[in-house]
Amino acid sequence: MGTSDLKLLSTPSSPFALRVKIALNIKGLDYDNIVETMNPKSDLLLQSNPVYKKIPVLIHGDKSISESAIIVEYIDEVWKNNGTPILPSNAYDRAIARFWVAYIDDKWYNSSKNLLVAQNDESKKACFEQVEEVLLRLEDVLNKYSEGKDFFGGENIGFLDICFGSYLSWLRVTEKVIGKKVLDETKTPALVKWAEAFVAHPAVKGNLPETDKLLVFAKSLVQRMVAAATPK
Amino acid sequence: MAPANQEEEVRLLGKWPSPFSNRIVLALKLKGVSYKYSEENLANKSDDLLKYNPVYKKVPVLVHNGNPIAESLVILEYIDETWTNNSFLSQDPYERALARFWSKTLDDKILPAIWNACWSDEKGREKAVEEALEALNILENEIKDKKFFGGETIGLVDITANFIGYWVEILQEIAGLELLTIEKFPKVFKWSQEFINHPVIKEGLPPRDELLAFFKASASKK
Repeated sequence: MGTSDLKLLSTPSSPFALRVKIALNIKGLDYDNIVETMNPKSDLLLQSNPVYKKIPVLIHGDKSISESAIIVEYIDEVWKNNGTPILPSNAYDRAIARFWVAYIDDKWYNSSKNLLVAQNDESKKACFEQVEEVLLRLEDVLNKYSEGKDFFGGENIGFLDICFGSYLSWLRVTEKVIGKKVLDETKTPALVKWAEAFVAHPAVKGNLPETDKLLVFAKSLVQRMVAAATPK
Repeated sequence: MAPANQEEEVRLLGKWPSPFSNRIVLALKLKGVSYKYSEENLANKSDDLLKYNPVYKKVPVLVHNGNPIAESLVILEYIDETWTNNSFLSQDPYERALARFWSKTLDDKILPAIWNACWSDEKGREKAVEEALEALNILENEIKDKKFFGGETIGLVDITANFIGYWVEILQEIAGLELLTIEKFPKVFKWSQEFINHPVIKEGLPPRDELLAFFKASASKK
């Protein structure tokens, strides 16, 4: 199977691009990582993802695949005999995994983004509570599905591990920005332990953005978002 | 008919005017799966709904042998994987990725743009309509000359696009807008006619006059 014809359009800060990198690593695949500046967007990006013009995009030969969760499923299906399986083998378990990935891309994404940009104390408190609610739910999900093992996927990292775990660097940055622990061992001990196992996993380690660089990026992003939202 | 090789219980908690709920009705009909239907009143949620979808408390929810699944696109994939007759997703990973992409794009971008245009007020109307037309244009470029998004047979994207095939015509009439017309989007329009006349789909869509009355009543409450 020609893996030299794999290209990934990415940026170093994107948690979505990180998902794809982890999936490619799990399957032991080589790929050409093309870092997009996004300003301007490259012709290759515009051609391969004309609907959204966003990264990540996986280019496999003459095929382009967009949307990180969809790319991860594609990788798992094409290279099903490589490495370990990412999606569970049972249809119901797959449905559960997909449900929780859709949940985090809605509830985690929005609540953590709101927390990062919250400007006043009242809003910070409300956003923090929302983030906590999401984490408490995920703690239950982890306890229910890990069966005492390290990951949501059990012994091996699975779909939900990859998709949620890719947000961890941004979670750490958020903690620095708000000056408060978000992932708290007194509230969600299983998730704290899970986060440690996730970042140490061979398919993940070495691919995470440096927190300091990400912090600088995050601060400028927050400034831009706040400016854009401020009525003139 | 789907083989009943075991005592199987399939339940659907839904709401008849909802296109999301209707997707599941269409999928189960395409597979020939019998199921028990419960009409949910979202102003007065049943204990079952709260039990089976505690996270969102919304419909549709499919319950298969006591196991609940929520989120229409997740349910659709589950149905296709569990009852393997009349497949609506290809076995080819790239075709599957494309179908998933288009279903997600319908839900994240296209449906909201059209819905917003149909319910927009005077102030936001022009911009909302522009976005809705852009969204329909994306679909026009994608359907090309295929009979269905799935090719010769109904696929995941066709089911997901039930709102485009059937609901849009009713909503745009109520709003007094011309969004999906044969002149503006001939290919999507042609697809919509193939879709609503498909023998199985036809039986699964809610009656037009009832749907029109339902949305007219909603419109008058705004």
